Amino acid sequence: MERNPMGRQLAIMRQSLFDQGYLDEQFIQLEELQDDANPNFVEEVVTLYYRDSARLILNIEQALERKPFDFNKLDDYMHQFKGSSSSIGAKKVKAESTLFREYCKSGNGEGCTRTFQQLKKEYATLRKKLEAYFQMARQAGPMETACRPK
Amino acid sequence: MNSSSGKGSMSTASSSAAWKAGDAVPEQFPAGLRVLVVDDDQTCLMILEKMLRTCLYEVTKCNRAEIALSMLRENKNGFDIVISDVHMPDMDGFKLLEHIGLEMDLPVIMMSADDGKHVVMKGVTHGACDYLIKPVRMEALKNIWQHVVRKWKDEWKDFEQSGSVEEGDRQQKQSEDADYSSSANEGNWKSSKKRKDDEDEAEERDDTSTLKKPRVVWSVELHQQFVAAVNQLGIDKAVPKKILELMNVPGLTRENVASHLQKYRLYLKRLSGVSQHQSNPNNSFISPEEAAFGPLSSLNGLDLQTLAATGQLPAQSLATLQAAGLGRSTAKSSIPMPLVDQRNIFSFENPKLRFGEGQQQHMNNNKQINLFHGIPTTMEPKQLASLHHTAQSIGNINMQVTSHGAQSFQNNSLLMPMAQPQSRGQVLNNSTVGHAPTLPSSMGQPILSNGVAVNVSPRNGIPENIRAPGYNPVSQTSSILNFPMNTASELPGNSFTLGSTPGISGLTSKGAFQEDVNSEMKGLGEFLSSYDTFNDLNQHKPQNWEIQYVGMTYDASQHSNSLQDNLDLMQSVLVQQGFSSGQVNGQNRSAAVVRKAMFSAGDSTEHVNAQNVNQHLNSLVENTIRVKSERVADASAANLFPNHFGQEDLMSALLKQQEGILPAENEFDFDGYSMDDIQE
Repeated sequence: MERNPMGRQLAIMRQSLFDQGYLDEQFIQLEELQDDANPNFVEEVVTLYYRDSARLILNIEQALERKPFDFNKLDDYMHQFKGSSSSIGAKKVKAESTLFREYCKSGNGEGCTRTFQQLKKEYATLRKKLEAYFQMARQAGPMETACRPK
Repeated sequence: MNSSSGKGSMSTASSSAAWKAGDAVPEQFPAGLRVLVVDDDQTCLMILEKMLRTCLYEVTKCNRAEIALSMLRENKNGFDIVISDVHMPDMDGFKLLEHIGLEMDLPVIMMSADDGKHVVMKGVTHGACDYLIKPVRMEALKNIWQHVVRKWKDEWKDFEQSGSVEEGDRQQKQSEDADYSSSANEGNWKSSKKRKDDEDEAEERDDTSTLKKPRVVWSVELHQQFVAAVNQLGIDKAVPKKILELMNVPGLTRENVASHLQKYRLYLKRLSGVSQHQSNPNNSFISPEEAAFGPLSSLNGLDLQTLAATGQLPAQSLATLQAAGLGRSTAKSSIPMPLVDQRNIFSFENPKLRFGEGQQQHMNNNKQINLFHGIPTTMEPKQLASLHHTAQSIGNINMQVTSHGAQSFQNNSLLMPMAQPQSRGQVLNNSTVGHAPTLPSSMGQPILSNGVAVNVSPRNGIPENIRAPGYNPVSQTSSILNFPMNTASELPGNSFTLGSTPGISGLTSKGAFQEDVNSEMKGLGEFLSSYDTFNDLNQHKPQNWEIQYVGMTYDASQHSNSLQDNLDLMQSVLVQQGFSSGQVNGQNRSAAVVRKAMFSAGDSTEHVNAQNVNQHLNSLVENTIRVKSERVADASAANLFPNHFGQEDLMSALLKQQEGILPAENEFDFDGYSMDDIQE
């Protein structure tokens, strides 16, 4: 599929994202939506996600600073965040979100805080990886951008 | 991008460079389904929008429930289905669901990342027709149209139950027949329903008050009196009270006049909207006919109109068609019905009345009645008969109609819809085409409706191609394909290549109008004259259309040329499928849809994969041609659709028709109507 090293590199990068569990099937759904009319769809969506979810992250952070925890609110925020994250296929982030909600439901404030830290880490890591991926994709050329298994 | 009430907004959104020509592309149900997506999550909203667009739906996105609600309220018939998230900051998703259910009665799908049982249950209890777990996959969205169809069917059923036995039988028959056609039909229903909804919505308020009053039948004379009064007063100054005074008809109430006036206004509005389209170069040749048909188109069942005009459709059928076309079977009896001396029609009305009363104010009822308005009261029995035939082809729209006792009609409608997915008027357009009375209902339906518009290629061309059973499928396809394509290129986006056939053109143009048919048949007199014109027009080679259409469809599926070719073909096919070029909106939408389709097809392979495209086209075409292949025994035609119901059969049926053999008659459920009647 890739005739050029760039393309191959891109494919490898992409595959590792899946293999390492950063992305799941949903990301492929996004890729499949990308077409000539929207050649950068995936990147656009991811960009939108990070922009939009930043607000949620902030809300949760602020809520975690107020004691006692309002678990309902926290759960609510996280529910939204989870929905967003799952829609772009952010697997690890989603997993942390689920865990966070579990802690919320059981009223485990310590668990919430801990999980949230982990979540933020995954969130940031994924962002970096995706940014690198998109950059590589751009370099590899439009042909390779949407290189996905057919 | 948020599309407005589906008026070609998609075209802009989905236009792609790849599309050469043509806008008017008939929509094929479920393509063009108007979806409103509500979700406060921008990311999800963006993804959903793209997914829905890829499914060829017309999408409007909204991130606030309140805004969504007001959008829905403003444009009650602007959407077919709503997808809403459960968790939203400004309003609970279930609350929105309740509102929509009460006020608009649209199918609502709930979405959530939450898959807890209790939440899902809540969705069920609040009346959601489905519940999707996020992240939503494309596959889940592809089939949402089923909910729209289901709702129509339910309404239809209700209608049916309240209808006469005969009607009920018809309906049953249709339902049974419409296995595959249902989806296609739904599109028509939807379109017609949508149309009707528009009309009914307006009507309803007026009619509600008269719900209990004896029905007023707006005969031609009565309507003419009404029009005279209105003209005397001036359309702007015409108030029901004054009109009533001028008319001086004993027994006529102000409410009667008021509701009729409302319809009349909508009708006029539609006319003016339609006339705008007439300038469309594509439809230039159709223009004159369009004008003539204008009034007809206002009849909700454009098809009905044309049918009526052509005298091919029995008044009953027309009425039912119209009723169906209006989209909601629940007719509010309060709306004065045109004087149609058809028992069925009245019985149709009755069920509607009952239905309407039982309904929570569905304008649909009104719509139904509106349909009747258009029915010329002076239809001759023969005309009616022909109408009936036509109705069959119109079947798409007439899903509901069938309930009203148009047997053959029903059958047709089942079949018809298949071919014509177009949502909204498009379906109507197709119906109007109804030219193919000659086609057996089963076969003709899809073809007819489609065929009417489909006359892309000159009649001459296609029939010949089709006639050759011995044609190598491939070559046949290509020849047919080429043919239309050529035509298409000559008349880009002009679905009215029919030009050669005045009747056809007329019909197709009618189809265009159909799109905006508000089921207001104010100008009965006009209608009548239109009908006459239609009659003449319709008499011409209905078969050709069918064949052409068939050819087109076959070609579409079989053509393994470049994507571009396919695109062209699709365009022409779609165009032919009843998109009167006059309807810019519709065209745009269709075109957009087709483009999208093409894109989807092409995109999936990242290259122009003819095969994929063909597949895509195939499926698209397939949907449109839901012919009862089993009926057609002859399999001479090449294996155009190897995996599908006998295109060959269809071909042969068509061919037979061409040759004057009417096997279809027997083969296809052409209830009580001999082909001979249709074939002039």
